[in-house]
Amino acid sequence: MYAFGYHRPTTIDEAVTLLGQSEDASAIAGGQTLLQSLKQRLAQPGELVDLGAIKELSGIAVDGRTVVIGALTKHNEVALSSEVRKAVPALADLAGAIGDHQVRNVGTIGGSVANSDPAADYPAAVLGLGATVETNQRRIAADDFFIDLFETALEPGELIKAIHFPVPKRAAYVKFAQPASRYALAGVMVAETGDGVRLAVTGAGACAFRVPAMEQALAGDFSADAIKGVQVDADELNDDIHGTPAYRAHLVNVLARRAVEAAR
Amino acid sequence: MNVSMTVNGRSVTADVDPPTLLTEFLRDHLGLTGTHVGCDTGQCGSCTIHLDGRAVKACSVLAAQAEGARVVTIEGLADGNGDLHPMQAAFREEHGLQCGFCTPGMVMAAVDLVNTYPNASDTTIRENLEGNICRCTGYENIVRALKSGAAGMGDQGNG
Ligand SMILES: Cc1cc2nc3c(=O)[nH]c(=O)nc-3n(C[C@H](O)[C@H](O)[C@H](O)COP(=O)(O)OP(=O)(O)OC[C@H]3O[C@@H](n4cnc5c(N)ncnc54)[C@H](O)[C@@H]3O)c2cc1C
Ligand code: FES
Ligand code: FES
Repeated sequence: MYAFGYHRPTTIDEAVTLLGQSEDASAIAGGQTLLQSLKQRLAQPGELVDLGAIKELSGIAVDGRTVVIGALTKHNEVALSSEVRKAVPALADLAGAIGDHQVRNVGTIGGSVANSDPAADYPAAVLGLGATVETNQRRIAADDFFIDLFETALEPGELIKAIHFPVPKRAAYVKFAQPASRYALAGVMVAETGDGVRLAVTGAGACAFRVPAMEQALAGDFSADAIKGVQVDADELNDDIHGTPAYRAHLVNVLARRAVEAAR
Repeated sequence: MNVSMTVNGRSVTADVDPPTLLTEFLRDHLGLTGTHVGCDTGQCGSCTIHLDGRAVKACSVLAAQAEGARVVTIEGLADGNGDLHPMQAAFREEHGLQCGFCTPGMVMAAVDLVNTYPNASDTTIRENLEGNICRCTGYENIVRALKSGAAGMGDQGNG
């Protein structure tokens, strides 16, 4: 790998200061995505600010109506948390289906959400459950957070501190994994919440998106049959060696129906 | 920059460049070549070690990120009195390897898998070995070895 500077702050303030001191500094959390990008020189930051020693960024708190997950919390900590499993089983299921066991031991929710990989799983949970992203500066509603391919509402140097998930009445996440990478070829989170039905898709578009037509159909009748004929527009979807837009559009409908059936 | 950590029970401190991967640190600085590098892209799992008790891919972690951590590699798994760890013994007994390239990573992943999911079903085992690729065995004997190793670890009362 090429040369870069490395810093290991122990507080969020210190990290924010370090990130502000250099034009090309980058935070590193689990490094499961970032280190591979550095090896391939897809990213070449001059300074890495390691969040790994900032204790206040880790941990899960459940208070009945909200599950708050610290940015540095690892996928397996969410997947194996009995508290998360009880409050939002769909969220524990989603975390447990990310990548593989070793990746889940290191990769973090903050890294996944900040990265906004089009095929990542967590963005579907953030958007589908109507979560709020808490940063060192503000709180950002999920609907305003994911902007485009690898693009979010985060400003340069802004750090995610925690994600607040309201506990839904019922929800489920169903993913069709790309067989080699385990990333989502498409994935759907559906939730019946206090504010109505939400349905978010990952893997199929530039970033996670909601499907209002399905949400409206499900609001009147929360059943798989209610969305049988509701298709997403294939023109907006990803085209790559793993699947055509038309295939992904079909997959989204199938997965959405399965998710509705699985919601609990 | 200096990094300090415990590797196989021994405290080590070394001067490394920030981009040094944990695999490079273990293999090139400490001579612990049991940690294999298959892909160097986080896919194959042959570099799996334990970082504070959890299986991780050492090619996807900087040595600097392991500051202060407790690292165990395949060399440190056995008790040091000449007895293999129950999981190593099980891989030998059940022919859970052919060429052996994937084996250090498989064994390290297997021990964490058993600690995380005691009494795991075949499905749970296979799902959680997703991050370890073997080009030889076809996995049958690996799954068998893992179950037998789990029983051995249970007898011993720990990992
Ligand atoms: C083999 C393999 C398989 C995988 N499979 C899947 C999969 O199936 N589904 C899936 O969703 N993901 C998958 N991943 C990705 C994995 O989930 C990563 O852990 C995750 O995307 C990034 O988390 P990280 O903590 O490793 O972040 P890093 O790699 O450390 O960082 C990623 C980016 O986020 C930024 N960042 C990190 N933390 C913060 C923060 N708190 N605030 C602001 N910015 C921050 C960093 O600056 C960087 O730009 C896989 C990865 C591998 C190696
Ligand atoms: S060498 Fe680390 S996963 Fe392949
Ligand atoms: S025994 Fe040869 S790769 Fe697994």
